[in-house]
Amino acid sequence: MIKVQAEDFDVGAELAALSQGRGEVGAVASFIGLVRDVADPGDLSAMILEHYPGMTERQLAGLEAQALERWPLDRVLIIHRHGRLLPGERIVLCAASSPHREAAFEACAFLMDWLKTKAPFWKLEEVGGQANWVAAKQDDEDAAARWQTDTPETEKSE
Amino acid sequence: MKLLYFAWLRDRVGMAEETLHPPGDVATVGQLISWLREQSSGHAVAFADPAIVRCAVNQDYAKIDAAVGPDDEVAFFPPVTGG
Repeated sequence: MIKVQAEDFDVGAELAALSQGRGEVGAVASFIGLVRDVADPGDLSAMILEHYPGMTERQLAGLEAQALERWPLDRVLIIHRHGRLLPGERIVLCAASSPHREAAFEACAFLMDWLKTKAPFWKLEEVGGQANWVAAKQDDEDAAARWQTDTPETEKSE
Repeated sequence: MKLLYFAWLRDRVGMAEETLHPPGDVATVGQLISWLREQSSGHAVAFADPAIVRCAVNQDYAKIDAAVGPDDEVAFFPPVTGG
């Protein structure tokens, strides 16, 4: 399930709903991303998250479909906020449910790594009365690249 | 052709979207960028370094040699920073 919204979300309620009535689910792995204050605490007054309505939902749905195809998951949840957020506020919740923990952990990491490099969001930081666009990080590209294999590991060993 | 600009590309171009009618010989993303650069000083600044500009055609990522046509929605933006 994909949700792109301005409002905050209730993490407990969202995670409970993910496995509600799903008897086969033995594991739910989740990640929560927060607005982090920059170098000196107190410097960041707000972060504005801009997105491309339509393409955002399309890209996130594509990520969800890839995760479901790649791992034995029951469900995937991605909630991403947009608009003006304050330090400490939640930006993103990503979760995967599965009969077993390995798939849930891996899928959750995959979703976040790919979201960072594929989902059309841009961060504008308000620092000391100035607004600066956050530059993309090579680290994020490298993290996403580790999931790019032509052949899944399970097929290679056969 | 509907054109959309996001983040600092929008700041530099000076608008979030516009509808333009590029000439018939503009058939790829790369040719569109070259043509857009000549439209205003804002466009010229925004597209000064195409290497740091990302593109989507009809909401899917598109490379520099991807085809573009009159009915397409073409978006330009910096590398994404979500999550």
